[in-house]
Amino acid sequence: MHNKTIAELSTGLKDKQFSSEELTRHFLDRVKRLDHKLNCFITLTEDVALEQAKRSDKILQNGDAHPLTGIPVAQKDIFCTKNIKTSCGSKMLDNFYSPYDATVIEKMSDAGAVLLGKTNMDEFAMGSSNETSFYGPVKNPWDLHTVPGGSSGGSAAAVAARIAPAATGTDTGGSIRQPAALCGVTGLKPTYGRVSRYGMIAFASSLDQAGPLTQSAEDAAIILSAMAGFDTRDSTSTDIAVPDYTSTLANNISGLKIGIPKEYFSNALESGVQSAVQDALKEYEKLGAKLIDIELPNSGLSVPTYYVVAPAECSSNLSRFDGVRYGYRCDNPANLEDLYKRSRGEGFGQEVKRRIMIGTYALSAGYYDAYYLKAQRLRRLISNDFSAAFKKVDVIMGPTTPTTAFKIGEKTNDPITMYLSDVYTIAVNLAGLPGISIPAGFSDNKPVGLQLIGNYFEEAKILNAAHQYQLVTNWHRQIPDAFS
Amino acid sequence: MSLDKEDVEKIAHLARLAINEDDIPEYSRELSKILDLVAQMNAVDTSNIEPMAHPQENSQRLREDKITELNQRDAIQANAPQVERGLYLVPKVIE
Repeated sequence: MHNKTIAELSTGLKDKQFSSEELTRHFLDRVKRLDHKLNCFITLTEDVALEQAKRSDKILQNGDAHPLTGIPVAQKDIFCTKNIKTSCGSKMLDNFYSPYDATVIEKMSDAGAVLLGKTNMDEFAMGSSNETSFYGPVKNPWDLHTVPGGSSGGSAAAVAARIAPAATGTDTGGSIRQPAALCGVTGLKPTYGRVSRYGMIAFASSLDQAGPLTQSAEDAAIILSAMAGFDTRDSTSTDIAVPDYTSTLANNISGLKIGIPKEYFSNALESGVQSAVQDALKEYEKLGAKLIDIELPNSGLSVPTYYVVAPAECSSNLSRFDGVRYGYRCDNPANLEDLYKRSRGEGFGQEVKRRIMIGTYALSAGYYDAYYLKAQRLRRLISNDFSAAFKKVDVIMGPTTPTTAFKIGEKTNDPITMYLSDVYTIAVNLAGLPGISIPAGFSDNKPVGLQLIGNYFEEAKILNAAHQYQLVTNWHRQIPDAFS
Repeated sequence: MSLDKEDVEKIAHLARLAINEDDIPEYSRELSKILDLVAQMNAVDTSNIEPMAHPQENSQRLREDKITELNQRDAIQANAPQVERGLYLVPKVIE
């Protein structure tokens, strides 16, 4: 059952080939047998899962099931789950049991999805390798010596190893698309404002967006249709109707204009990744699409811009962790300031402290204009590049990452090199556009991701293009031998 | 851009982060490297560019002035390190 997509499992459930309880037990068993190799899960929610599976079986019997009804889904441990530990990969929240559900959790539960567990992630979503987690690194199922990417590394690895049929993630600078690329799965970051951020622990509020990690674009469409929507509890949620993203997957893409940004094919790009991406683009030409050269002249500035905007917003957001109301508190504080400083100093890991300090510096008196305001001006230029491109093309395509999965430990002592693994994904967050990474072959036996970027609220268009590619290729069907 | 020991200590204080004395050289090295990366921003003249705070520049929605949340004090305080009679406890602030 584990080599089936959600779409296929959903048919199996409706045709009574198996029950949701059987399906859920199958995946719980796989997690128990296999996850010690990968470390994808921080919490396995067995009791909740079985209870929800039984509830789903009743709904399935009555015949009014949603495509997600009865399907086990792993949730990134950044989404608050009522009375279930929600750690955000941090020692700071190791003892935190959320009193409420995030909107994403609520909506997926309403659609009948079964909560399999909470997945490992970089601490507070700050990282590109899943090595900053308090719960230890996640391994890439394609090569256990390499990273799965991050920050949604546990979710990506769980889907790649088929120990979960699908998972959720969040993407602030590439945290869904980069791990999806490195693990050979499909990962969608929707338009900013498409999915509610309520109950999703904040990192950089003007960039954060939740989305699915799945085996196929079709599955991503199923999950997005359930996750997305206006929410009064998120002040930046957009009030635009949610289409059924599955209804346009079959559209013919002949004549689709694909923009190829020359900046995404520079020297930084590994040759194996480049050739896999070129092959994918040829496939698109065979499907009748037209490739058009475009320029995103300011894209080179997206990494520096991001490393002002994201840390600044993180330093502000993470000021809520004070050792008073929830989370970690140090032993024997001498006074209130000591309580704040040691609770935060001991509760946060190295990378989180680094980013809080950069952000604090950038926002401090006398530096605000030079850093934060400057970064916001560049953000406008980066965003304008995309607007100009979308006057000429329907979608933009290129590599998701400059390299395939790197070795665990290889970049931990060099934050800058680590940051550059998000060089092709970050601009999309700064502009607030939707982007998807889909498997597009292998380089040296490691998965390569193709990134499709769409205009605002055009998730349907990139999902359609991704699905059409997956109809004529089988990269997304590959499973690592050790987990097949 | 290079941050010395004093800068790092000042930033850590502003961020209310206790850091080990031994880690300061590493912080100063790494934070300086990040600021060097960030300095690439200066290559572009942005004087006539309007800052972009947000992808969707809508104005903030207002809601009706109506109570929407129920009192869940006990459930919320179940996560607190130290509470007494519904109050959060901290070390003495006023002598």
